[in-house]
Amino acid sequence: MTRALTPLAVTATVLLAWQMLVTLAGLPPFILPGPVRVAKALAENADLIAWHAGVTLTEVILGLILGALLGAATALHLAVSPLARRLLRPVLILTQALPVFALAPILTLWLGYGLESKILMAVLIIYFPVTSAFFDGLTQTPRGWLDLAQTMQARPAYVLWRIRVPAALPALASGLRLAAVYAPIGAIIGEWVGASQGLGYLMLLANGRAKIDLMFAALAVLAVMTLLLHKGVGLACDRLVARLH
Amino acid sequence: MVADADTDSYGTPTELLRNSYTTFQEHRGAPGLRLAGSVRFGGVPLLTDVTLDLAPGGWTCLLGPSGSGKSTLLRLIAGLDTGADFDGTISASDDNCLAGRVAYMAQDDLLMPWLDLRGNVALGARLRGDPVDWPRLDALIDRLGLAAHAAKRPAKLSGGQRQRTALARTLMENKDFVLLDEPFSALDARTRADMQDLAARHLAGRTVLLVTHDPMEAARLGHKIYLMENNALTDVPPAPGATVPRPGDDAAMLAHGAALLDRLRSRP
Repeated sequence: MTRALTPLAVTATVLLAWQMLVTLAGLPPFILPGPVRVAKALAENADLIAWHAGVTLTEVILGLILGALLGAATALHLAVSPLARRLLRPVLILTQALPVFALAPILTLWLGYGLESKILMAVLIIYFPVTSAFFDGLTQTPRGWLDLAQTMQARPAYVLWRIRVPAALPALASGLRLAAVYAPIGAIIGEWVGASQGLGYLMLLANGRAKIDLMFAALAVLAVMTLLLHKGVGLACDRLVARLH
Repeated sequence: MVADADTDSYGTPTELLRNSYTTFQEHRGAPGLRLAGSVRFGGVPLLTDVTLDLAPGGWTCLLGPSGSGKSTLLRLIAGLDTGADFDGTISASDDNCLAGRVAYMAQDDLLMPWLDLRGNVALGARLRGDPVDWPRLDALIDRLGLAAHAAKRPAKLSGGQRQRTALARTLMENKDFVLLDEPFSALDARTRADMQDLAARHLAGRTVLLVTHDPMEAARLGHKIYLMENNALTDVPPAPGATVPRPGDDAAMLAHGAALLDRLRSRP
């Protein structure tokens, strides 16, 4: 009971402090609107925000699915092929040295203003965490199990599918949880750089027109969406891991 | 190939109990095994020019303190990675290749948490891509008293049940040579004695190497006992009596265990 109430109490306190700051300091709404005003903007623009949120959510979910599949496939490939490890790992590290943000304008140039460039941004941003989490899991199979498999004259392909992959699922799950939080960042960056729809676009637009309350409302919706996504992916992963472990 | 008597022993529990001793001892004629040579760890000698002879169709106990390198010898025979340099030969007395004739059981039961008990017992066949002999498997887990738990995951089993499942998996492999790396040492006293009985009964006729640090266990189970300490391997006489497990209250066996303990303690 108290555990469930703590986050609520914290949120309420922050909102109260925010409102008091705005009221007591007399800040103008185009600099910092209070939470009440943001809530009003949210209610007045509910349809508009919902439409843009739907676009962003589509990008994020497609990005998550594609990124998870690509990342998992890469990790499997790295785990079974020493050649892939030699060739791909330096490239993977290099991609992490580049700020993905810097690629956004190029992706927009290549893929246009539609969903594709945003989905690809989301894929790019989650690809590495998924790959490295799953790959770590695949390389850390308890040695005793591998010894046992070896004395049983197991085939490597069966060792991979029947021991190493199931044993690595908790690691993959933690990668996916991280991905659920990162994917919206990718989509929003894509929308900032060039888009005609989505929460990122709406925020930029509202900001430009000094509708800071609308911008905060869109930001709040984005935050809630990300939290729910994180929770949903977490629950799905927990169920999968619980079924298997 | 030795005919596997385990497969065709169906019947009522009473029949099974009555038949168990005769049935299980039909795996006869497993050959002996010899390891001869020197083992070094990064240039430092662990054992020099030693010979380890496994009693054909019987129990050989390799007794020694922790860290003496007992497991290294077992792992060498199992063909597992040891990090040691071995210069010598490991051969079966029938001159056939050892590969694929060894079953391995460790202190950790090594059960897969995502498989149920039957799935764990079937692991070897499933990892080789062979069809699983389910009737034989079910008869086996029935005989080990695990039938009621067949659909349970390892997390729902007690320590003793888990180790019995590991024994079932080892028996399912049906190999001439069975390598046991302290499989009973993490069990409580009662479960350990039960497991020793069960293993001795079901592994009868196979060539077994048991690595242990427990002198009493070696006295109880060994047809042959090697003492490993101070970089040497000594062939010491086993307790009297050819049938293992020797009864837990056998005075001669107990005295023998105590003597082995004294011997272990007398070394620096």
